[in-house]
Amino acid sequence: MSILAAEGLSKRYGELQVIDTVSLSLARGDALGIIGPNGAGKTTLFNLIAGTVKTDAGSIRFDGTDVTGMSARARCHRGIARSFQIPHPFTGMTTYENVLVGAAFGRGASERASEARAVEVLEIAGLKRKANTLAGDLTLLERKRLEMARALASDPSLLLLDEIAGGLTEPECVDLVATINGVRASGVSIIWIEHVVHALLAVVDRIAVIDFGRKIAEGEPRSVMASPQVAEIYMGIDGEAAHV
Amino acid sequence: MAVSFAIQRSTRLSRVTAIVALLLLAGLIAAPWWAGRANVRLLGEVYSFVALATLWNLMAGYAGLVSVGQQAYVGFGGYMLFALAMFLGIHPLAAIAIAGVAGAIIALPIAPLLFRLQGAYFAIGTWVLAEVFRLSFAQVSSLGGGSGTSLPAAIVVNIASDRGLREAAIYWTALTIAVASIAFVVLLLRSRMGLALTALRDSEVASESLGIDIWRTKLVVYTAVAGFTSMTGAFIFLQKLRISPDAAFSVNDWTAYVIFIAVIGGIGTIEGPIIGTILFFLLRETLADLGTTYLIVLGAVAILVMLRAPKGLWGYFVQRTGITLVPVRRRVVFPE
Repeated sequence: MSILAAEGLSKRYGELQVIDTVSLSLARGDALGIIGPNGAGKTTLFNLIAGTVKTDAGSIRFDGTDVTGMSARARCHRGIARSFQIPHPFTGMTTYENVLVGAAFGRGASERASEARAVEVLEIAGLKRKANTLAGDLTLLERKRLEMARALASDPSLLLLDEIAGGLTEPECVDLVATINGVRASGVSIIWIEHVVHALLAVVDRIAVIDFGRKIAEGEPRSVMASPQVAEIYMGIDGEAAHV
Repeated sequence: MAVSFAIQRSTRLSRVTAIVALLLLAGLIAAPWWAGRANVRLLGEVYSFVALATLWNLMAGYAGLVSVGQQAYVGFGGYMLFALAMFLGIHPLAAIAIAGVAGAIIALPIAPLLFRLQGAYFAIGTWVLAEVFRLSFAQVSSLGGGSGTSLPAAIVVNIASDRGLREAAIYWTALTIAVASIAFVVLLLRSRMGLALTALRDSEVASESLGIDIWRTKLVVYTAVAGFTSMTGAFIFLQKLRISPDAAFSVNDWTAYVIFIAVIGGIGTIEGPIIGTILFFLLRETLADLGTTYLIVLGAVAILVMLRAPKGLWGYFVQRTGITLVPVRRRVVFPE
């Protein structure tokens, strides 16, 4: 059974059709990668799925329920959690408190009952040593980890990750992939927007390609990456990156 | 993977602060015995501004609700006191508490209307609301209409027949309101809802996607602040013994000065509004005789603080030293 089934999503900002009848479906426990050039509409697609932005058309079913009209908060309570491409840390709170917000409000639990989950997530995300640091004082990489940790703390069944590997060094990237694979192994379905394709390939089962608001390809990662369409639109004409 | 940990909510400094604050409070409770009548009266006024600034700061500094119309509730509370005492014969001190409840109740239907407005529009909306209140109360002829009314002497005597005791009772009421306002804000910020408030101050979009009910959180803050502000207003006009629409709903007295206090003290801190009030009264008591010069000095202080210490005097101090006297933070401690 699919955990997410989005049908014909569209979003227009003025004259700009940012998302144009995109459909996506994800089986429970699966991981889907989304690639596409900058400005293709990938983050807007996340906004539609998470409920941060309302879709103009189409429907979104999550875990058997139609969530199209639901607020981001209601979707969070049902199990959709997201990270933001540009980190939105609660800068006046410590790292621990940031994660505690996800654990307490995402799960609708008391603060006391959320403490252990928050600490556990800090450990998973490798932020334990920064627990008492103000989020405003974290480095960019730590902020990206915090984005993931906060989303994870809400115990989601679907985790939306938006470009969290960008700018990482190779060892950091390996670490991150291990973390995400660990999250996935615990049963969380994942959709991951990422430019760092080799990191993506180490996690996802399928890849969808978005360009000019449309889904132009989807399938098994290596065959999608090898398709001339992707090579042309996404990687440049010479198809160099198709050999990853 | 169970990690052992402990959560710390207080520091040694905060425990010392709590003890010092309690001693200070004991001293202030005893003020009617050691301070002169004029000073006791002045302290009552100081407490009312501590309360107003603390409450305004909770809305603006945490919930992102920048109101320039809190005079609506100050005036409403004042008029409620007069109406309850004059028409229903309720004891003035009881009327203050009832005025607070009434203020919160009337804020409930108002909040959803104002929350439709964002940012600057919200601010303007609150001001318009206060004007609506002012014009409405000016229509009530039994409360003196546009020219206002005085609290009948019989009611004042009813508080306590002995003048000293009466003044002490009014003073203690003000102290109670100020302490209750501060305690309410501290306890709220340390609670689960305080976590939500701080989160939505920093990022509303992230708060929403992490499951925080922004609307409800703001509603609780707005109505609770309205209640406490009405109570403070009722006290203010009990001390003044006279009320008129222009005095009750004065944007200058109940909002402009209050914003000045919160801004120079430090928005978004517990300590800021208290520091700001002390500074404001020091300036007022030393310079008020100078007339317009006093206002020029106030303006100059505000500009200087905004340029040199945009987070207010207390915010500047915290930035420099890292010291907070009233921590609302949670510290995780991992055993070695």
